Amino acid sequence: MHQLTLAEIARGLAAKEFSSVELTRALLARIHQLDPQLNAFISVTEDLALQQAQAADARRAAGENGALLGAPIAHKDLFCTQGVRTSCGSKILDNFVAPYNATVVEKLANAGAVSLGKLNMDEFAMGSANESSHYGPVKNPWDLERVPGGSSGGSAAAVAARLLPAATGTDTGGSIRQPAALTNLTGLKPTYGRVSRWGMIAYASSLDQGGPLARTAEDCALMLQAMAGFDPKDSTSVDQPLDDYLGELNKPLDGLRIGLPKEYFGAGLDPRIAEIVMASVEELKKLGASVKEISLPNMKHAIPAYYVIAPAEASSNLSRFDGVRFGYRCANPENLEDLYKRSRAEGFGEEVKRRIMVGTYALSAGYYDAYYLQAQKIRRLIKNDFMAAFAEVDVILGPTTPSPAWKLGEKNNDPVAQYLEDIYTITANLAGLPGLSMPAGFADGLPVGVQLLAPYFQEARLLNVAHRYQQATDWHTRAPAGF
Amino acid sequence: MALERSDVEKIAHLARLGLNEADLPRTTETLNNILGLIDQMQAVDTAGIEPLAHPLEATQRLRADAVSEENRRDAYQAIAPAVQDGLYLVPKVIE
Repeated sequence: MHQLTLAEIARGLAAKEFSSVELTRALLARIHQLDPQLNAFISVTEDLALQQAQAADARRAAGENGALLGAPIAHKDLFCTQGVRTSCGSKILDNFVAPYNATVVEKLANAGAVSLGKLNMDEFAMGSANESSHYGPVKNPWDLERVPGGSSGGSAAAVAARLLPAATGTDTGGSIRQPAALTNLTGLKPTYGRVSRWGMIAYASSLDQGGPLARTAEDCALMLQAMAGFDPKDSTSVDQPLDDYLGELNKPLDGLRIGLPKEYFGAGLDPRIAEIVMASVEELKKLGASVKEISLPNMKHAIPAYYVIAPAEASSNLSRFDGVRFGYRCANPENLEDLYKRSRAEGFGEEVKRRIMVGTYALSAGYYDAYYLQAQKIRRLIKNDFMAAFAEVDVILGPTTPSPAWKLGEKNNDPVAQYLEDIYTITANLAGLPGLSMPAGFADGLPVGVQLLAPYFQEARLLNVAHRYQQATDWHTRAPAGF
Repeated sequence: MALERSDVEKIAHLARLGLNEADLPRTTETLNNILGLIDQMQAVDTAGIEPLAHPLEATQRLRADAVSEENRRDAYQAIAPAVQDGLYLVPKVIE
């Protein structure tokens, strides 16, 4: 039963081949059996899951038939879940039981999805390896000595290991697409504003966006349909109607114009990945697409700009963790300042403190124009590059990551080296564009992802291209040995 | 411009982060490496370019000035480290 995709589960539940309770029990047993090897879950909410499954079965018996009704999922542990610990992978929120649900959590629950628990992640979503979590690193099911990517590493590992058909994630600089690529999944970062950020613990507010990780584009379409939409509680939520993501999946690709940015294929890209990306392009050509070389000349400035904007916004967002109203408080504070300083020093991990310091410096008196404002100007240059490219092509295609999954601990001592891993993904966040990573092959047994980018609000197009590709190939169906 | 130890102490104070004396040299070095990466930005010609704050150039949406939240003080204070009579407790600020 654990091999079923969300779409297959929907058909099985509708045909009464099994109940949501049976499916939920089977997956919970599998989590208990296999997750100790992976560390993908921070919390497994067994009782709640069974209650939700019973409720879903009752709704179905009463005549309801939604696509996600009774389908098991889990949430990245930065989506607030009422009555359930929401740790954000941090010691500072280890004791934080959220007093309300994030909009995404609420929407998926209303659709009848059954949440099995909360998934591990890099602390406050800061990382590309899922090694900065207070709850320990997550292992990649394709090789337990390697990282699953981050920051949605628990989401990726759990879905790749068939503990779940789909999970939520968030993407500030690639945190859905990069772990999806490293674990042979399909992951979608929607347009900025498409999915509500309300109840999503903020890292960098102008970049953060929630989205799904699943094994197929079809399942991502099912998830996005439920997750997306206008939310008056999020001041940056966009009031624009949703497309019929499922309905658009099968559109033919005849005439599709694919742009290959030459900057994505330069030095630093693993030649095995370059070869796999070009093979996927050949496959898409067979399906009717045409290809054109394009240029995104300002891509090289994206990493410096990102590592100003994201830490600057983080330093502001994370000032709310002060040991006063919720979360960790240090023992025996001498005075109020000592309470703030020690609660934060003891509660935050190293990478989080590093980014808060970088952001504090960038925003401090006298440096704002040189750092934050300059980064925002570069941000416009990057957006302008994309707008020019999308005048000529429908989608942009390239590698999701420069290399496949690396060994645990390999890049821990050099933050700058790890930041450079984000090179292909962060431009979409800076420009606010939707992006998707899909499985496209293997380099010495390790999954390789291909990234597709589209103009604003064209998630349906991304899912359509990925779905057609997945109808013609079987990379996405490969499962890691032992899972 | 490289950060000195005293700069790092000042930044940590602004961020209200306690610093461990023993970690100061390594923290300073790492921050300088990151600033080295960030400083590549300074070479980019951005004359005449407007900063981009929101990808879709959206402006702040306004709503009617009406009460939209209910009082949930008890629920919010149930997760606080220390409260008394509906107030959050911190060490004494005024003698």
